[in-house]
Parts: sequence; C-alpha cells; structure tokens
Amino acid sequence: MATSEVKTNNPGIDPATGEYRVIGPGQTFKSVTEKITRIVLTPHTPLGWFAFFGVAGAVATLLLTAVCWLFLVGVGIWGLSQPVAWGFAIINFVWWIGIGHAGTLISAILLLFKQGWRNSINRFAEAMTIFAVVCAGMFPLIHVGRPWLGYWLLPYPNTMDVWPQFRSPLLWDVFAVSTYATISVVFWYIGMVPDFGTMRDRAESKIAQYFYGLLSMGWRGSVRHWMRYETASLLLAGLATPLVLSVHTVISFDFAVAVLPGWHTTIFPPYFVAGAIYSGFAMVLTLAIPLRKFYHLEGLVTERHIDNMGKVMLATGFIVAYGYGMEVFMAWYSASHWEAFMMWNRMFGPMGWSYWVLVTCNLAIPLTTLWSRKLRTSIPFMFFISIVVNTGMWFERFVIVVTSLYRDFLPSSWGTYRATKWDYMIYVGTLGLFTALFLLFVRFLPMIPMSEIRMMLPGAKITPKATAKAGD
Amino acid sequence: MPAREGTYGLLAEFDTPSDLVRAARQARQDGWRRLDCYTPYPVEEAAEAIGFHRNKVPLLTLIGGLMGLAAMFSLETWVSVLAYPLNIGGRPTYSWPAFIVPAYEWTILFAGLSAAFGMLALNRLPTLYHPLFNAPNFRNGATTDKFFLCLEALDPKFDLVETKNYLTSFQPVSVVEVEY
Repeated sequence: MATSEVKTNNPGIDPATGEYRVIGPGQTFKSVTEKITRIVLTPHTPLGWFAFFGVAGAVATLLLTAVCWLFLVGVGIWGLSQPVAWGFAIINFVWWIGIGHAGTLISAILLLFKQGWRNSINRFAEAMTIFAVVCAGMFPLIHVGRPWLGYWLLPYPNTMDVWPQFRSPLLWDVFAVSTYATISVVFWYIGMVPDFGTMRDRAESKIAQYFYGLLSMGWRGSVRHWMRYETASLLLAGLATPLVLSVHTVISFDFAVAVLPGWHTTIFPPYFVAGAIYSGFAMVLTLAIPLRKFYHLEGLVTERHIDNMGKVMLATGFIVAYGYGMEVFMAWYSASHWEAFMMWNRMFGPMGWSYWVLVTCNLAIPLTTLWSRKLRTSIPFMFFISIVVNTGMWFERFVIVVTSLYRDFLPSSWGTYRATKWDYMIYVGTLGLFTALFLLFVRFLPMIPMSEIRMMLPGAKITPKATAKAGD
Repeated sequence: MPAREGTYGLLAEFDTPSDLVRAARQARQDGWRRLDCYTPYPVEEAAEAIGFHRNKVPLLTLIGGLMGLAAMFSLETWVSVLAYPLNIGGRPTYSWPAFIVPAYEWTILFAGLSAAFGMLALNRLPTLYHPLFNAPNFRNGATTDKFFLCLEALDPKFDLVETKNYLTSFQPVSVVEVEY
C-alpha cells in the first residue's frame, strides 16, 4: 500500500503499519463504555433522531396502507400477470435478504478469520441483518395471496391430511429463511447480553435498570461464564457461516431449478452469494457513514473500517462481474437458440435499459474507482458508492426476474411488466420500516459491542509475567 | 438452593487484568478451589489461572445438531414415502438429495439453539439476583473497567480475617466482604 497517498501526520494512522487505526487513539475502557452507553442512556434524545424517525415512520405507513389494501383486494393490485408472474415481491425479497447477508458475514465469517476490525461494526451490521430479514420475509408471505394461511407452509399434522412437498425449492426457502432469522436473532441477542449488564449497571432511571436488568439475565462477568460464552459465540459463528452461504444458495435455487433460459444455470448459487455480500456491505456503509457522523463515533468506526469494507466490495464486485460475464458466455457457448435470444433481449430488448443500469451501477462505477485508497477512505465518495451499489443490486434482481420472463418461448405469449403504485408503495414502505426499526435500535440498544471493543484496547494486554508459572 | 446467610466471600478489586491474573494464579496454587474472577470482557488467562479449561458447550451443540438432522430427515422421509406420497415428475418418493437442504438447515438451527441455550443453562442464567451485586464497588466496575477476584466462603480455607490479609497481599485497590 502506498503510504505516501495519505498524510503521515494524521493521528488516525498507525505509524507502524501506515494503515488507519481500527480504534482512534486515546480510548480507554471507561471512555469507550461511556461513549456507547451515553447514546442510549441519555435522557435527552437528539431532536434529529425524532426528525429521522418521523420521516421513516411516515414512509413506513405507506407499507401499512398498501398491505391493508392488498389484503382486502388481493394480489391483483400488483403489476403481476402472465408471463411475468414474479415481480417486485420476489425482487425485493431477494434484495433484502441479500442485504442481510453482510451482517452475518461481518459478525460470523470475519470473527472466524479473527478480523479484529469487525468488532466496531458487527453489532449494527447484525441488527441490519435482522431488520432486512424482517422486510424480506414479508414479501413471500404477502405474495401467497392469503397470508393468514401462511402456516400451511410448515409441516404439521392437520385435519386436511396434507403435507408439504419437500422436493420444491420454495419449501427449502421456508426452512432456510426461518432458520436464518432465528439464528440471527439468537446470535445478536447473545452478543448483547454482557453489554446489557453494563447498561444495567450504568442506568440511572429505575425503568432502564429493570429493562436492561431483565435483558442482561443477571450477567455478572464471571470468567467461567465468559469462557462458555466465547465458545458459544464461536460455535454460533461457525454455524452461521455455512448458514448464510446456504440461504442465498437456496434462494438462487428458486430460479436455477426452473427450466427457463436466464434462470437455469449452475453459476447462480455462488453468484447470488457474492452479490448478496456486495449489496450488504453497501448497505452497511449507507448506515454506518451517517451514524458515525451523527453520534460522533469516528474514533470507533474509523477510516479503516470504511477502507476495508471498500476492499470487500471490490472483491465481491468482481465475483459478481464474473457471474455476469459467464451468463453471457454460456448463452453463446450453449448454442441454445433460447439462451442466446434471452441474452440478446436482456441487453437490447425493450427492457434492455435495466441491464445497462445494472452494468453501470455494479461494474462501471464501483469496480473502476474502488481500487484507489484515497477514494476508499473518502467518506462522501463511499456514501455515494454505497447508494450506487444498492441501486445496482436491486436492478440485478429486476433483470433476472423480469427480463428472463417477459419474452416467453412463443411470441404469442410475450408480455411486459409494469409495476403499479401499490408495488412501489410496498417497496418504499419497507425502506421506511427498515429505517424506523434501525433508529429504534440505535436509540435503545448498545450499537457497538463494548466488551469486544475493550478486548482490543491497549489496556487489555496481559503482561507475560502474570501468566508465568511459579518457578519460571 | 436454600437461602443462605452470612458471608458469600471476599472480593478484591484490581485495576488491570495482569494484576488479576497474577493474583488468581497464586490463589489457585495456594489451594483455593471456590474462587472466581469477574471481568468486563473475556480474559482467557484468568480462566486458565483458576483452572477452568474446558466446557461442555461444544458437546451440547453437537448433540443438538445431530438431533436436528435426524428429526428433519426422518420427517421428510416419512412424509414423502408414507404419509403423503406425491408423484413429482416421476421422481422416486424417497428423493434423498432434495431432502438434504431442509435437513441441513435444521442441523444448523438445532445446533445454534443448543449452543446459545446450552451456554445459558450451564452458566445458570438467567439469575437476576446474585450476592455479588451487594458489593458496593462491583456493579460500578465489573461490567466497565475493573477486574475482580472473589474467594468464596464455601472454600474450606476461608477465614474472614486471614483471607482478607491474604488478598491484601496482592495489593488490590480494595477488598470488601460480600454478604448474601
């Protein structure tokens, strides 16, 4: 890395490595605890928080309205018809689930790889996962038409004497997504228990003491507890890693198992997983950048985090680019008329513009600029890139769903797809719901894992003398 | 556990993890067995020092995972072969490759829940009351920035005066008596 690119007198840069520090200089156990608990335990909620929450809440009511109307009238209010029978609902489902995956990647996979820098961002990335899964899970449920019968998806003995069909990827989805949601919530909550202990002990109001006291389950920091806790965290991370890979794999099976040009391809599982991580990291940046500014957390979420996330996006972006390239190559190499036509139509057909939006947002802009360290550590630029990639990844799912369907095998059954205002309201509404949930999270829960940050502070170093055996 | 009265133990407070580890190691070597350390973040050296090396969480996780695997795979087989056989594109009713996916998910689900709840159960949590919370300096430090060593009264070596002197020899910030 060229260290000359950055000013060496910058206190945020570690002179030993030339990299940005993971934690800003001068932090102690007390200052970190103070900083993180004060955001939650302050009696004065910042006015800005109310403003954001008000806007997000208003946007979320769009979702409420649209879903009420949907339940009254039925899925006919959406732009679905033949041949495009899968529209916004499935696009948004895949997009939201994909966003969630970065949270698990940060909390689980980077933990296994002992990437200490993840500690500052893992809690809110994990929160992002859960809220994204909440938004994602809603779409298949409201898409089934009669969501009050959603429990029919589960295998349970019933008077109708019917059972689910275990050879369908749509049923695999039920198990993959429900397991993912459960494990993510458990992992997130278990991760917060010691921090709830800290909050309980530092809370001044009685209500807060009871609230965090109950949530902390009486955590008292015994080292025996800590060791079991560490083992459990590591095991959960080890379990969440294959889980997160399997979830998007199973989702890609929804497409890949169908015998349809544009869907029926073996590259889908890895390409979906990489795309998920790509968009997920973009969403982490979209959330982290305003958050660190608003709550003055620059000492805990440093340029190093932004830089590293940029690198992960660069790597996963190239995997995604490989996926796009392979799709085009296979369309030609398969010598299948239908495959070739689908690809030509995807690029140059009436909906071809969406393909070029995707190429611009996912490949042209990020994959050329993220090489530069200067740009990767430029906060406004990274915020811009995060929005670009989120948009691009939404269009990727749009392209996969719509452009594979709307030109059917027979020209007589060709159609088009046009989302209605209800489709847009539900999509925009989930953005509002997601933001509102996230704002509640930063207001009421510790958004940075204090115990994990403490481990990385210089004060946590044990002198070798202390551990030496007697007689050494 | 019946309600107890009297002294739970003596609690020594340290400023740094190194001081705690040194004291804990010495106490363990001097024959103390009913002792525990309390830290604001995991200090592996302290666990080693008091002789806590292994725990049963991995075993519980393994058992949970295998149960999940067996439960889902047998459910799928029973449903597809016996309870509700369906002809899907002429495939055999026992199409085990398709059954792998839900069985895999349930392996992870059960293993993960066993790891989390097993850890809590082994830690005897939730326990909302604990005598240590009575110590005046415990809640201020144990979850923030201080390191504690507690020698418990149940240890046969425990004697209020002698133990207090013993703990003072480690030069802690303070030594306080904890009551039930």
